[in-house]
Amino acid sequence: MVAMDLSEMEVVYQHPHALVDMYTHFCPGCTHGVAHRLVAEVLDEMALSERTIGVASVGCSVFSYNYLNIDFVQAPHGRAPAMATGVKRVLPDHIVMTYQGDGDMISIGAGEIVAAAGRGENITVIFINNANYGMTGGQMAPTTLPGMKTSSSPNGRDVEQAGYPILACELLSTQQGASYIARRSLHDPKNIRMAKKAIRLAFETQVRGLGFSMVELLSTCPTNWHMTPVKAVKWLEEKMIPYYPLGDYKVHPTISELKV
Amino acid sequence: MARELWKGNEAFAEAAVRAGLQAYFGYPITPQTEALEYLSARMPELGRAFLQAESELGAINMVYGAACTGARVMTSTSSPGTSLMMEGLSYIAATEVPMVLVDVVRGGPGLGTIQPSQGDYNQIVHGGGHGDYHCIVLAPSTVQEAVDQVYEIFDLAEKYRSIGVILLDGTIGQMIEPAEMPPMREIRKEIPEWAVRGGTGSNKRVLTSVHLVPEDMEVLDLRLIKKWQEVEKNEVRFTEYYMDDAKIAVVGFGTAGRIALSAVRTARALGIPVGLIRPISLSPFPYQAIKEAAAQVDHILVVEMNSGMMLEDVMKVVKDSTNVEFYGRMGGIMPFPDEILSEIQRIASGTTPSDIHPRDRWLKRMESVVDF
Repeated sequence: MVAMDLSEMEVVYQHPHALVDMYTHFCPGCTHGVAHRLVAEVLDEMALSERTIGVASVGCSVFSYNYLNIDFVQAPHGRAPAMATGVKRVLPDHIVMTYQGDGDMISIGAGEIVAAAGRGENITVIFINNANYGMTGGQMAPTTLPGMKTSSSPNGRDVEQAGYPILACELLSTQQGASYIARRSLHDPKNIRMAKKAIRLAFETQVRGLGFSMVELLSTCPTNWHMTPVKAVKWLEEKMIPYYPLGDYKVHPTISELKV
Repeated sequence: MARELWKGNEAFAEAAVRAGLQAYFGYPITPQTEALEYLSARMPELGRAFLQAESELGAINMVYGAACTGARVMTSTSSPGTSLMMEGLSYIAATEVPMVLVDVVRGGPGLGTIQPSQGDYNQIVHGGGHGDYHCIVLAPSTVQEAVDQVYEIFDLAEKYRSIGVILLDGTIGQMIEPAEMPPMREIRKEIPEWAVRGGTGSNKRVLTSVHLVPEDMEVLDLRLIKKWQEVEKNEVRFTEYYMDDAKIAVVGFGTAGRIALSAVRTARALGIPVGLIRPISLSPFPYQAIKEAAAQVDHILVVEMNSGMMLEDVMKVVKDSTNVEFYGRMGGIMPFPDEILSEIQRIASGTTPSDIHPRDRWLKRMESVVDF
């Protein structure tokens, strides 16, 4: 055997600098880790880490500050867009992102997110939609599908009693201040690549000062869905995507012309 | 600088600007709205951050975010808005980032009235938000004091990485009187060591209030209390009038203290040996001054524009040998000097010591004043 000279080889793939090298606390099959990695890769590619401040939220997403190798503050439940606004208004040259789950962003924090989008707040929101409150043990969220069983909708979400899921992209894309609103899914490699491109465009929107950007990422929660990881991605594809259509809901003309 | 006529709300807003305010976030609510309006023009004119938030929840969390960057930041609101801000205040206290809140207090509970009150004493002085934390709380009795205290409290908040609150009775916010503005300070250039600014690796900073390991949380809790001991040691403020030979001490803060001073002066002219202690720092509370006064006088009359919230703090350190009385008006009603004078005269003419709580005795007396 001849030892290979690694120094001569081109690095084509590596652990992102913006992602901390550590053991994950997320459950097997959870896609939070995938989302973290995509954000980290985009921060690396755009060389933004040194001037980015993250705003963590409440729920499983709270520990995003442990995984992303950037400065972070941690907001009260639902208030991340307001806190991000405070950071951005005093540090307008910095990049500010929130990382929020569905209960956080579109239930308890619905007021803050709509207001931030309406203002055209120049921040980027990474929105993880896994159709339940994960950290508290899988209760019904605003995004829980009709008929879906959770620990607080044991007979399935009854829309007569609990109403319908809130469609965040559809809602926020009606706001004039929103410049980039897209929904992607993390259930397979192709969609993960598309999700990364959307995250890139969201940050490109902010870097250009174009206003509010948000990427919704349909995500799995095998533990609280009571499924194996493999079954969970299949369930996401078959059940969630029809209800939450993937696509670009709003793209600023400058961004739609951008090649990344 | 010469004395000028200033409305209280605009005066404290300008004082904050001169103290080097870098960002203001607020929401309209009577009787503090003039501060928001004033700063909506003044801050952009100086190239500083101003934003009218979507709610008090939004405002306090914008303050939280800005405070995490080490900026001098303030919000102002009135009682129902303060209730909404309690969540944020608890988080901010746990994260130990400095900020200033001016609470222009109105009558409550509920939507209450828009007239002046001191009904926020408990929610500001004794918490209001969850968990163990303390705010530094100052209470002005004039527009000038409001100016001076706002100007000073940023330094206190930063010194202790704490929340500074000005508990401003609606009266002071709405009244116009002469005040002298302090000089304009430079905006701070240096960023505090703990503040987020963008950093990775060993320069990465995380400002959070969550500590899932209870042992870590207890360490933070204990450290916060230890820090508070320093505040208690260094930052107690109060003022005394005619206390040298007093046998009756009136205790009142803010507007109630100011009105009581008129009553005390009239009583002195009538030959009654009465003095006034006006706590300025409500938190830390001037317990020692009250204790010393109690050793000197026979009677203490606590006057407030609430049902005796500070009364409980006074009674904590007053022994049974000193008779404690209470007089309060509520719901946006302010006491007239004559009402307090009557109380002083009643006490001076000899009251029977009683085991009944001062609040209960006051409530009984109020039956003849108000039909309730």
